Amino acid sequence: MSEPAPDPFLRIEGVSKLFGSFQAVRDVSLTVSKGEVFALLGGSGCGKTTLLRMLAGFEEPSAGRIFLDGRDMAGVPPWSRPVHMMFQSYALFPHMTVAKNIAYGLKHESIGKDERAARVREMLDLVQLAPFADRKPHQISGGQRQRVALARALARQPKLLLLDEPLAALDKKLREHTQFELMSIQARTGVTFIVVTHDQEEAMTLADRIAVMDKGQVRQIGSPTEIYEFPNSRFVAGFIGSITAFEARATGRDGGNLLLDVPALGGRVAARDVPAVIEGQPLTLALRPEKLRISKDRPAGANAFEGLVKDLAYFGKDSLYRIVLPSGVLVAAHAVNARRGDEGARVADWDDRVWLSFDPAAAIVLAE
Amino acid sequence: MKRRPVFLISMLAFGFAFFYVPILSMIVYSFNESRLATVWGGFSTRWYESLFSNKQIMAALLLSLKIALVSATIATILGTMAGIALVRFTRFRGRILFSGLVTAPLIMPEVITGISSLMFFIMLAEWVGWPGQRGFTTVTLAHITFSMVFVTTVVQARMLQADRAIEEAAMDLGSRPWQVLFDVTLPVIFPAILSGWLLAFTISLDDVVITSFTTGPGGTTLPLLIWSKVKLGVTPDVNALATLMVLVVGTGVLVAGIVLNRAERRRVQDARLAYRANE
Repeated sequence: MSEPAPDPFLRIEGVSKLFGSFQAVRDVSLTVSKGEVFALLGGSGCGKTTLLRMLAGFEEPSAGRIFLDGRDMAGVPPWSRPVHMMFQSYALFPHMTVAKNIAYGLKHESIGKDERAARVREMLDLVQLAPFADRKPHQISGGQRQRVALARALARQPKLLLLDEPLAALDKKLREHTQFELMSIQARTGVTFIVVTHDQEEAMTLADRIAVMDKGQVRQIGSPTEIYEFPNSRFVAGFIGSITAFEARATGRDGGNLLLDVPALGGRVAARDVPAVIEGQPLTLALRPEKLRISKDRPAGANAFEGLVKDLAYFGKDSLYRIVLPSGVLVAAHAVNARRGDEGARVADWDDRVWLSFDPAAAIVLAE
Repeated sequence: MKRRPVFLISMLAFGFAFFYVPILSMIVYSFNESRLATVWGGFSTRWYESLFSNKQIMAALLLSLKIALVSATIATILGTMAGIALVRFTRFRGRILFSGLVTAPLIMPEVITGISSLMFFIMLAEWVGWPGQRGFTTVTLAHITFSMVFVTTVVQARMLQADRAIEEAAMDLGSRPWQVLFDVTLPVIFPAILSGWLLAFTISLDDVVITSFTTGPGGTTLPLLIWSKVKLGVTPDVNALATLMVLVVGTGVLVAGIVLNRAERRRVQDARLAYRANE
């Protein structure tokens, strides 16, 4: 995890939010640096949207404090915060044209008419909507509306831009395109982004760092790689990507590896050492499908287990195998379809005996 | 199988006839040449001519329009405020009482509203010496109190469908709550406000009961004048006047309906588009 700077741009300190007796956000602390893209990731009801609304000023924290650029935001109403939000529903003003929507925030700034018009034009160019300036929101497509909402929020040059599920309302094709567009706009403007999303792929592609939230709490903060490759809990490991989890017990150490007894795999597993683990401790071993190798012959080295192909799903670029072990446990494994051909070119077929293997470094060991 | 449609259609025809034949016969007889209301003496527009040259009727019409205009406008302002407050402020002390008081005139018998307004004006005149004379002001005030509820109901229904995020977006972009009201909330619900105004206007223009309780000398509105003329027997010029009123009120209701309908259609269409964008 990266060290927080001495005076971070955004500091959230022990923030909690209660709605009646329901605790939507519990004791969240995190920092975001200037120019960063930070994602709040979690399922519905995890408190991510409430946290975002507290940053925008629509809700006041029940406890804790929020500092933006060194200033305590307690009691500062939404209209005085240098923070703008892009709403999930976009919340465009239906009775105003695209240009008027974008210009709306600028009327509170003491700038001349010419400068205001120039700023609107600049924003329209930024999101490539200049030809649609005089259309009403209901006369443009969903993707265009999303860009209007973005331009409107950026027009006042906020210190912090909050994006509530920015891509959720778009179809899959458009989403991928918009993702890269958002990133390029962020890079050009240098505004700090906080993105709320339930979509792990969206968080991983957009964000520099991700906070995984669950039941109002932050479970882990880190870069996409850290969160994916080094999850700190079974929840995070299972929420980001897929895993097959096994109960395990530490039996000893061998060189740089930790030795585990995994009954479901029918034997001993070598995993990269986790210093805090003591011998005899019950653990969870988590394996990601793409870290497993499938082969017809027994591979050299440790961590090889024989099984039977029970299921096979062909996705084109890769295939997902479900392999049943002698213990009856199903393990999911991905294989890239590197060769082109018909069914015969596959690594394995239904009911084939295969070997599964993985590197010690690929095994995720969790202390729970 | 053939009998049932015939029965249904004849019942429908009878129902419509019951509603509209009296109005139609009134309209037809307003073009009657004869002075006798029940004897057809050929086509003529002379009752319309005598109507427009009748100073008493014209003065009553002008007064009715003035009262309807002023009371509908004030009722719309107050009713819109109440409608917005009831939807936006879900928790304030006495909200249930407030909501009950606002909608009470809907179920209150008009006679009760009329007589209590009268008592109120009499007592007020005794205590503070105002209103010294009942007429335009008192009728207008009474009309405001009972037509406001219609505006409130229409505005409230529209506010319930409005997206709260739009107001939050305006606030987020730097507008204080009162600016949000004028920049966003009111323009978005404007069709509902307009149809509320039209409703209040037509209701005020029609009213007899409450007006007769709260009016005074020189404060004869058109419905009151018709009522007093009919007491002396139905004359053809009353038929002509009533025909014109049907025309005016009918147009008002039609326009209100079209405005509401169009706003609703646009809302549904926008919702469908937004839904499609969500897929």
